[in-house]
Amino acid sequence: MSALAATDMLPDGPLGVVVPILYIIAFALFIYGLSGLTGPRTAVRGNWIAAVGMGIAVVATLLLVRANWIWVVAGLVIGTLIGVPSARNVRMTQMPQMVALFNGVGGGAVALIAWAEFRSSTGFLDEPLYVVIATMFAAIVGSVSFWGSLIAYGKLQELLPGRPIGLGRVQQPINIGLLVLAVVAAVVSGLGGASEWWIIAVLVLAALVGVLVVLPIGGADMPVVISLLNAMTGLSAAAAGLALSNTAMIVAGMIVGASGSILTNQMAVAMNRTIPAIVAGGFGGTQAAVSGDGVERTVKSTSAADAAIQMAYASQVIVVPGYGMAVAQAQHAVKDMAKLLESKGVEVKYAIHPVAGRMPGHMNVLLAEADVSYDALKEMDDINDEFSRTDVTLVIGANDVTNPSARTDPSSPIHGMPILNVDESHNVIVLKRSMGSGFAGVENPLFFLDNTSMLFGDAKSSVMEVTEELKAL
Amino acid sequence: MSSELLSNIAILVLAGFVGFAVISKVPNTLHTPLMSGTNAIHGIVLLGAIVVLGREETPGVVDTIILVVAIAFGTINVVGGFLVTDRMLGMFKGKQPGAAAARTEKDGSGS
Repeated sequence: MSALAATDMLPDGPLGVVVPILYIIAFALFIYGLSGLTGPRTAVRGNWIAAVGMGIAVVATLLLVRANWIWVVAGLVIGTLIGVPSARNVRMTQMPQMVALFNGVGGGAVALIAWAEFRSSTGFLDEPLYVVIATMFAAIVGSVSFWGSLIAYGKLQELLPGRPIGLGRVQQPINIGLLVLAVVAAVVSGLGGASEWWIIAVLVLAALVGVLVVLPIGGADMPVVISLLNAMTGLSAAAAGLALSNTAMIVAGMIVGASGSILTNQMAVAMNRTIPAIVAGGFGGTQAAVSGDGVERTVKSTSAADAAIQMAYASQVIVVPGYGMAVAQAQHAVKDMAKLLESKGVEVKYAIHPVAGRMPGHMNVLLAEADVSYDALKEMDDINDEFSRTDVTLVIGANDVTNPSARTDPSSPIHGMPILNVDESHNVIVLKRSMGSGFAGVENPLFFLDNTSMLFGDAKSSVMEVTEELKAL
Repeated sequence: MSSELLSNIAILVLAGFVGFAVISKVPNTLHTPLMSGTNAIHGIVLLGAIVVLGREETPGVVDTIILVVAIAFGTINVVGGFLVTDRMLGMFKGKQPGAAAARTEKDGSGS
């Protein structure tokens, strides 16, 4: 029996027409909903329109279920019971890793479907070639995406060290070798009637590729990686849709694959890096050579009172938020401080680096939560010229995106990455927990400049202390 | 090659272009919710898991486990993805009036 042949998919009679029509409605809603996501005002509605489309697609698919009702429902219930609370309870700071995790389970589902397809057709006996190719593609990409996302989650959740963990020069040949082996195992699996161990080998080898590709990637590149894995899961879903001749899966998967690729590329461009360069080993390799030039350098530390005075008498203050603000949940405190400064006639702007935090738009989301005016948020290109005219720049838990060695030091691992020209402003106050280096593990010469002073401590309490001092002025 | 395969490939290619077209207009600010939203949409793999499990008349224990996990994974992807996106976007929702209020406030203090 050809379990997967397209003709088997749709029953005769009215259902054979109803289900495709529901699918068409569903993917029309996906596209309409997604185009709503392109503007802040229509975005909420767009998301729900897409969700309704998904609901219709699921209901239509349930109409096709001929057996195992209990198990289908069990899977849906388990998924809902896990998905809803984790989405509800996750803190905004942990959003990026949550997205990585949700992306990962999607990829995992694709890989598991491919495995189940292999089993149900007893090793692709009598399957058309395109079904075999699409299924094997789905198996490899799905497994890479699942394990890669888990590693990304582990890094962002700080279960794993954020710094690149790599094998150095042999990393790339090993990754490529493993990928080739996975493809070879996939070809053998597809020959028809192969032992099940071959498809398991495909999944395991692809898993190793996913783990080994993401492990050496440094934190600053992590948003790009999550976006890339997101696009890959989309493509694998489209491939699975092709194998199952399911138009809803083909359309939805491909839209995600295409849009995710664009988004990934935009992010990579924002960091002046190429996707292949990131995948081929991130910031690793050169890491060891850079650290320590043997010179002991000192930093100036300041107090909340001094910082408050400096800012209160400034005409313009630029706030540069980073991941540290997200971790400390300091956005509301920052907003309060900015309000106080504005009441004293100080102009306050926010400089948002495209990859500040752990995802593009991460800072915008947090500041929007704190009700910071949309107009005060400036993108890098719009504000970079203003630093030289700015009295005080307040860096809150941002590091790599302010590192001047990206401009000046060709040996720096982040050389060439566009940065905020914070060092050009008259005074820089850096709020930081300690003197540790940033997520990318690179030392930041900004901290040692003469016009820079450090305010050590938790970002939120530091900002609140400054606010108290401002009130007292 | 069946005509169904060919039309599916046509759908695939066209969907790719739709994806390019829809997304190239998104402002930077919405990149995170957008990534999260597209992330929820690829939870469509849930359909594949339901289809494969729903047609097996007598699945083995292993098949059942694999596919129930796949359905659960797909559901987590869909439900979690849309909810998280909604939460993120909810922060933007109140912003337009909020921004207007902040502006008037600033104007008020300035005068």
